Amino acid sequence: MCLAIPAKVIELLADERAVVDIGGVQKQISLALLDDVGMGEYVILHVGYAIAKLDQAEAAKTLALFSEMGAI
Amino acid sequence: MAIPYIDEFRDGDLARVLAAKIVAEIQPDRRYRFMEFCGGHTHAIFRYGVQDLLPPAVELIHGPGCPVCVLPIGRIDNAIMLAQQPGVMLATYADMLRVPASAGLSLLKAKAQGADVRMVYAASDALKLAQDNPEREVVFFAIGFETTTPPTALVIQQAQRLGLRNFTVFCNHVLTPPAMQAIVASPDGSGTAIDGFIGPAHVSTVIGTEAYHRFVAQYAKPVVIAGFEPLDVLQAVLMLVRQINGGRVEVENEYSRAVTPEGNRKAQAAMAEVLELRDEFEWRGLGLLPHSAWQIKAHYADFDAERRFVVPTLAVQDAKACECGAILRGAKKPQECKVFGNVCTPDNPVGACMVSSEGACAAYYSYGRFKMEAAR
Amino acid sequence: MSGVRKDCIRPVDFKHGRVDLTHGSGGRAMTQLIEELFLQAFDNEWLRQMNDQARFNVGAGRMVMATDGHVISPLFFPGGDIGFLAVHGTINDVAMAGAQPLYLSAGFILEEGFPLADLKRIVESMAEAAKRAGVPIVTGDTKVVERGKGDGVFITTTGVGVVPEGIDISGERAQPGDKILLSGSIGDHGVAVMSQRENLTFETTIESDTVALHGLVAAMLHAVPDIHCLRDPTRGGLATTLNELARQSGVGMKIEETQIPLRTQVAAACEFLGLDPLYVANEGKLVAICPAPFAETLLSAMRAHPLGQEAAIIGEVVADPNRFVQMQTAFGGSRIVDWLTGEQLPRIC
Repeated sequence: MCLAIPAKVIELLADERAVVDIGGVQKQISLALLDDVGMGEYVILHVGYAIAKLDQAEAAKTLALFSEMGAI
Repeated sequence: MAIPYIDEFRDGDLARVLAAKIVAEIQPDRRYRFMEFCGGHTHAIFRYGVQDLLPPAVELIHGPGCPVCVLPIGRIDNAIMLAQQPGVMLATYADMLRVPASAGLSLLKAKAQGADVRMVYAASDALKLAQDNPEREVVFFAIGFETTTPPTALVIQQAQRLGLRNFTVFCNHVLTPPAMQAIVASPDGSGTAIDGFIGPAHVSTVIGTEAYHRFVAQYAKPVVIAGFEPLDVLQAVLMLVRQINGGRVEVENEYSRAVTPEGNRKAQAAMAEVLELRDEFEWRGLGLLPHSAWQIKAHYADFDAERRFVVPTLAVQDAKACECGAILRGAKKPQECKVFGNVCTPDNPVGACMVSSEGACAAYYSYGRFKMEAAR
Repeated sequence: MSGVRKDCIRPVDFKHGRVDLTHGSGGRAMTQLIEELFLQAFDNEWLRQMNDQARFNVGAGRMVMATDGHVISPLFFPGGDIGFLAVHGTINDVAMAGAQPLYLSAGFILEEGFPLADLKRIVESMAEAAKRAGVPIVTGDTKVVERGKGDGVFITTTGVGVVPEGIDISGERAQPGDKILLSGSIGDHGVAVMSQRENLTFETTIESDTVALHGLVAAMLHAVPDIHCLRDPTRGGLATTLNELARQSGVGMKIEETQIPLRTQVAAACEFLGLDPLYVANEGKLVAICPAPFAETLLSAMRAHPLGQEAAIIGEVVADPNRFVQMQTAFGGSRIVDWLTGEQLPRIC
């Protein structure tokens, strides 16, 4: 449903807040719905809150899956 | 890639590869009808022209996963009434501003008449308004499915910690699985025509894939959770085709980069601490559904707009000619509604499906499919 | 006290002063404001005459006149302010007829209480824009309305210019087979302004593209005199402009998403806010439609100019009784780019 985008954490702030970067645009958001988010990690951002972490390994797997030739 | 984790998932070359796979795997003489539940998926499908890449045997039906669309007019009337109360500042997401309510009003029109309506991007902005304006009563018009609900729960907790006396939430959050059930179990039998569901991306990051198992077991319809990008949608279609062909009925997760089986436990905990299920809630187009929406627990009564203010239950009917109910369930197409495109347009929406850009009718109209089909 | 000079008038306090009703009443306060602010900033031979009108010779050719009201909020944004917008906007409207802009007028409606420091900043922006463009502001007007009856300042600019014989640029001249060109990236201005609004601020600065385009237009006409249509995609964005031209000319259009220049940051901001860049305002770009044989020449001329370096051929005009603007998406599907409904607002879903 909801408009959510992948964003890279580039700075951790107090009060469970962080600065994220999306394609060169930066914004302050809340990490209050997640635990243990580190610098350089990607999160899924929705209405000012990070609601999930983006698993970069899984993302690579999914992309590889798309281009897998033929179904057996 | 310019925008990581977005651009790669919109690649046109990969789209053709996926489309070719779908074409290769669909069985001859078989039709596949999949409902994408989520309005955001509807929007993406139209914006990128995903239907163009699918073979005619695969049809996408557009579901009701648009919280703006399914909110009954009566609740919007309530929000307008709240905004018109002296001293009240109503904070709302932009999506709700233009939705037509009763008496030719909308929040935007009420604002033009003098009601203090403020657009916010995040729930925390509404909280900040309350902190910055202690002499005003700030009411946050909270809408959305499970993706948008956790932030509301958080700000209520925060408001309590801060001891705010001038902040309340008009809670209209709704749940996804009950709506899916209502579609499949629809008394008019339209649910049987749906072969499977493309499940919502970001709702699922919160509730997890676990949340769909009971639905799948009970109603025997496969569900594939799909990411938001057009390649995700195509891959999910392929996975659904494979399930149908293989006679399988499972919950699968295409959006594995963001969705886990258990979902976001922290978000779920916040929701469970602040909110509880209403016995029933009116959904525009779907009727009264049990245990399908949230209300604020007694423990947080001080932050419940429905306790602080008088918020009457208003039952407001959609226009007779409006076919949104059938369209939201996927039983009819927008063009089959008599008022579609003439009386009912995005500028003058009559019913729910035209009201938000995610609604099936709005998507059809704005991205012009109906025009192109009619022109043929 | 004999020490006070009889004709001593306190200069206008541009640091801390505010507009009040006397500034619009026609009396001394208004004259003083005009002299110390507007005349000083705009300074030219017409204004120095201190008449209520400006008088000038009219050259050969047809006259072109355009007018704009500027009500933008916020008044100041990255890359510009309402002053720049006002001057550039009207110069551009005149230029889109293929005309050379000659003179501007500026009318101000000021709200009581508006800070004079802000007014001075805006007026100085207008002066700078006018000077750089070589188009003087030769006459104007000032009125003041009561507090609460205006949004700080409203500016109306009118421009006149002259278009030589042989140039016939008009919205109804697009023909099937013509090529559609765009002078540069879309969405910069709208995102810059929206990012300034309450609750939507970004840490990254995306700047408005506001600029006067008459120099670019002149270079384009020099290379290809037979341009059919020119228009700058302001409010409602590229989508609205293309639909307008399609309707006026009674044609359809087919464009390619991959050919439309779009800065990554602007794309990201639009993703973030749920906006479609096709509908976001631009203040320094133009759309040109010309016969296909001249398209490459026109493109080269645009790219050779500093304001057209990212110019691209984005599509072509087709016969279509439905007057659709169709777009081939980067993804490979197609969609119609329809008229904007209502106002573009950020969305959560």
